[in-house]
Formats: sequence, C-alpha cells, structure tokens
Amino acid sequence: MTGGYGAGRFSRGIAWATVLYLVLPITIVLPVSLTDQRFLSLPQEALSLRHYANIFASPAWLAAIGQSFGLAVVSTLLAVAAGTLCAIGCWRLSRRASDLVRVLMLLPLIIPSIVYAVGLYRWFGKLDLLDRFLGVALAHAVTGIPYVVITVSAALAAFDPRLEQAARGMGASLGQTLRWVILPRIAPGIASGAIFAFIHSWDELVMVLFITSRQVFTLPRKMWDGINENLDPTMAAVAMLLVVFTLGLLWLDGALRRKRAA
Amino acid sequence: MRRDLGWWALLLPAFLMMTVLYIAPIVQVLAISVTEPQLGLGNYDRLLTNAGVQRVILTTLRIGLLTTGIALLLGYALAYVIALARPAAQRWWLLGVLLPLWISVLVRAFAWVTLLRRQGLVNQGLQASGLIDAPLPLVWNEFGVVVGMVHYMVPYAVLPMLASMREIDSRLLAAARGLGASRGTVFGRVFLPLSLPGVVAAGVLVFIFSLGFYITPAILGGGKTLMAAEWIKLQILDLVRWGMGAMLATVLVAAILATLAVFSRVVDLRRLFGARA
Repeated sequence: MTGGYGAGRFSRGIAWATVLYLVLPITIVLPVSLTDQRFLSLPQEALSLRHYANIFASPAWLAAIGQSFGLAVVSTLLAVAAGTLCAIGCWRLSRRASDLVRVLMLLPLIIPSIVYAVGLYRWFGKLDLLDRFLGVALAHAVTGIPYVVITVSAALAAFDPRLEQAARGMGASLGQTLRWVILPRIAPGIASGAIFAFIHSWDELVMVLFITSRQVFTLPRKMWDGINENLDPTMAAVAMLLVVFTLGLLWLDGALRRKRAA
Repeated sequence: MRRDLGWWALLLPAFLMMTVLYIAPIVQVLAISVTEPQLGLGNYDRLLTNAGVQRVILTTLRIGLLTTGIALLLGYALAYVIALARPAAQRWWLLGVLLPLWISVLVRAFAWVTLLRRQGLVNQGLQASGLIDAPLPLVWNEFGVVVGMVHYMVPYAVLPMLASMREIDSRLLAAARGLGASRGTVFGRVFLPLSLPGVVAAGVLVFIFSLGFYITPAILGGGKTLMAAEWIKLQILDLVRWGMGAMLATVLVAAILATLAVFSRVVDLRRLFGARA
C-alpha cells in the first residue's frame, strides 16, 4: 500500500518504540540467566552456565518439565483428534446448521480461564479427577480445541469441495474420503493447530492452580512458585529455555506454513 | 439429511467433550452463585452493599479501560506503520508483534519483575546515572500491572486493526493526495474513518481479555492491586467462600458477554477470534 502515501515520522517513532517495548524486556532474560551471581542481576565479572546446570541437576525441575511435556502431548492428541473432525464436519455441513457448534468451540477463548478453573475445581471433585494427570490432560484438551478448529478451518477454506464430492461419487466411504482425500490435503493446517494446542497446554497455569496440588506439578506451576517465593537466577535460566523452546515451535510452524503455501 | 448423518457424527467427539468437560463446569459456577451459602440472590446483594467487592470491580474496570486505551494507541501506530510498509518490511514488523504473543505469560511477567522491582535493572540504571536518589516504586502496584498488561495486550490490539487497515483501498489514499489533500487530511478524513471498525474490534478484544486476566496482575500487582480474577481465586482457594467467588465469576462472564453483544453489530466475532491464529 503506497501510492504516494506512507507513514509519517511521528507514527514510525511510536511504532518503533512499541516494538522495542514488546521485544526488549523479554531479551533481558538472557543476560540475567548467564549471571555469575547468586541473585538476579546482570553478569558482574564473567558469564556462567551454572544456573542452567542447576536446572538439570534438580529432580524437581526435571520432573516438572517431564510432567508438563507429557500433559502437553496427551492433551494435544485429544484436542487435535476432536478439533479436526469437528472442523471438517462444520465445513461440510451448511453454515446455518453448524453455527451453534462453531460458536460453542470458540467459548474457551472468550470466557476467562479463572471462571472455568473455579467450575473445574468443583466438577472434577465430583468426578474424582482432582490432582490427576488425566484430569489436567482433559481440561487442557478441551480448552485446546479452539486453536485446532481455527487453524484446520482456515486450511479447509482453501480446499476444493469438489474433490470430496468426486471421491464420494466414485463410491468412497466417508472414512476413505477422510483418510485419502481430505486429511492429506489439510495436514499442514492440522500440524499448525497441534503446535498451538501444545503451546497452550505447556504454558497453562490458571486451571493447574485450581485442580492440582502435589501429584501433578507442572512447569508453569513451579515457575509460579519460583516467582512468588524465591526470585533467583535459576528462574531466568528456565525462562530462557522456555523462550528458546517456544521460538523453535514457532519456527516449525512457519516452516509448515511455507510448505503449505508452496 | 440422512446423507449428512456421517458428517454430523464428526462433530460428536468435540461436542461431547465441550458439553461434559467445559459447559457443565461453567454452568455449575452460575448455579453455585445462587445456591451457596443459601438459595437466593444473597451473593448478588453484596454487589450493592459490600465495599470490598465494589472496590475490586472499580479497580478491574479502571485498569481494563486504561490498558485498552494505551494498547489501542500504541497498537494503532504500529498497525498503521505495518499496513503502509513494503511487504519485506511488513514481515519483520509482524515478527516483532507475534513473537511476544507466543512467549509464556509467566516468562514475560518474570522479565518485568526483574526489570522493575526495587533492586531491579531499571532502578539500578537510573540510580547509577544519577537521575534518581531513591528507587522508584515501579512494580507491585497499579503502575506495574498496567505496564505488564499493556505489554500482553498490544499484539491482540494490532492484529484486528491491521486486518481492517489492509482492506483499505490504497487508491483512495493516492486519489486524496492527488486531489491536493495534505498528509494530515488524508489520514484524518480517509484512513482513520475507514480503519475504525478494526479499532472497535481491537478495543472489544483487549477489554474483555483484560477483565478476566489473572496471571500478570497477580504477579505484578503483588497482592495490593486486586483485580476480579485474583479476588475470585482468593474467595475460593483461601477463604472458601464459594458463593461470593462464583457470584463475581458470573458477573465477569455476564459483563464479557454483554460487551460482545453490544458490539456484535459492529464486529464480526468469529473473525475477531479467528484472527488470532
């Protein structure tokens, strides 16, 4: 968009300041994580990796990382399975018929997680799912469905419905059509949805604060305690690892999107 | 209709999970708010009589509006520059907006605490440079909460506004320039009015996210600046007053749905939430 009209100096100034405000504070985590001191500070005399070594020597941190990873994998699988089928159903059915379902699938993005967490605390008490791996996995899966529905719907929007009709017309069953015609075409969209559902579970804290206590102790829960109790450079090292991990996942998503576009 | 049966069956797993594991717990919250400690609207009475609840609601609204206002201003300038940039530059700008969006909210809150606390890097820097004698109170108060919340919300403000700005026909701007309008006039009379739907959408999105926000206000408010979500957590986990917690949770949901309903004429909700991915 140009045509003799571009952004002026004033708006460019604010835009630059805003981007720096968005990005710079996060980068502070790197030098702090490499400090040679015992407290949160910039490195004084030398760079040190000892706070990273602390994480890998600590059974508590490793257990939390392992548990978060397991939860994220299980809840992502559930969310991807349910969300993908739902998006395909909504796509094929008339807009009016499936409108209610579409709105329903967006609710977890609209309703604050604190409200859901309060309800879960009571509901899971009845179902005996409090402080259980399965309970957290289910809660994260349900709230991860919207991300999958959104990305898969976007992928389906670019899919020619005549391919599906042709397959059915030549006698393919619904299952065969899904397996051989639809799913291969939208696989990159599903992968994107899976990545976002994974990040959602991996980062989720509010529900975990309500429905877990000792048996399930995730990485965000451990970080939350760390921030509220003892602010030490180990936290910065964990934060740095998380940033690198998230950047890796986003890079993967970008690579998949480029592949889809090609 | 029979032919469609198989397609309807595809909706079933998600629909069941959603109703049994999502809708049911939330309906239960609404139910608790009128049944505990006893049946009736007693909990809602406190909205009129209890100064503590009123203060929390006012704080939540004040911080929510302030956050929305600042995020819209910063986000508008950013979206404006991105929309008018060349495609190659757009990609870099967008990276700067989207990266923070996906970085863990805990990591971001931690970074802000590191920077803003009394012995934090900002205070150290300012003291070392001689600008201030004593550390400034930058965090564990309302200032810190707003800084952290705006930081979280700016990307959500940028995306809907950028989407709406990208739909503006650039020939209109060129035509206005060609007809002799100054840059300021082109912006004020052509660009700004055409981008307003995006501004409203962004405002709604940021405001409803702000109302129910928990983690950032809880960490950066340090227990002194209480917003709705943290107050609900206190009622239920610490004071075990289910009725009161559920009441404010219901009010929160009602406020969010009411905001969406009011603006649904102007804003395409599905697009608004789809814009995120």
